[in-house]
Amino acid sequence: MKIKEIAKLLDGRILGCQDNFEMEFHKAFSSDLMSDVLKVSFDDTLLITGLCNNQTMRTADMADVSVVIIGRDKRADEEMLSLAEDSGITIIESPYSLFKISGILFSVGIKPLY
Amino acid sequence: MHYSFDIERGNFTDAGHASASVKRTLKQLDVAPASIKRIVVALYEAEINAVAHAYGGKIDVEIDPEKIVMVVADEGPGIPNVDLAMTEGWSTASQKVREMGFGAGMGLPNIKKNTDELKIDTRIGVGTTLTMTVYLNS
Repeated sequence: MKIKEIAKLLDGRILGCQDNFEMEFHKAFSSDLMSDVLKVSFDDTLLITGLCNNQTMRTADMADVSVVIIGRDKRADEEMLSLAEDSGITIIESPYSLFKISGILFSVGIKPLY
Repeated sequence: MHYSFDIERGNFTDAGHASASVKRTLKQLDVAPASIKRIVVALYEAEINAVAHAYGGKIDVEIDPEKIVMVVADEGPGIPNVDLAMTEGWSTASQKVREMGFGAGMGLPNIKKNTDELKIDTRIGVGTTLTMTVYLNS
């Protein structure tokens, strides 16, 4: 599934790097704990989180995450957007809870990492 | 090739800057992506640990064709029980560190998992030095 389709399902707003639109994503991982994010492999995998600060973007960069879905109606600030653009990360802001985001994506075939 | 970075106590705005910079350098050097990930995850966890727990410090990174050696030396409280600190889930992190998405007691275990050699020198009331080595062909 591509970023624009995902954003539409999540009533989301696309921000940050605009270069990942042709990438296909088949899996997702939800976490607010960044050390857990650093433990998994993110090939064609979306990160879903409610953590909205600089370290979300730094962690995503270190973990090779291309798309971060930020739930709970939180907004990325200018510094986060700048880090996302520098690191090639696309952000989707969604008003939905992480449970709802995960449920919607699961229902359309996005798989868990484990 | 040698790089140095300063660590500032409690500065979570800049935490991760050194790791991001090393990642860019390793990409330019065409290091294998799997090795890059191990290196930057270890360095980033160490950087976060130092920002979270120490009063300041320095990161020195030495890259040669065979290996990368990363030394994260801090001035701080030291680690009273290294074996305990290496246990997943054990943490003395503050609420602020937890709000940043860390502090669940996984930093040192993650560092050990992602390095080929890890040396921890710590003195109570003086500081801690982590020396992390990753072989680039491993």
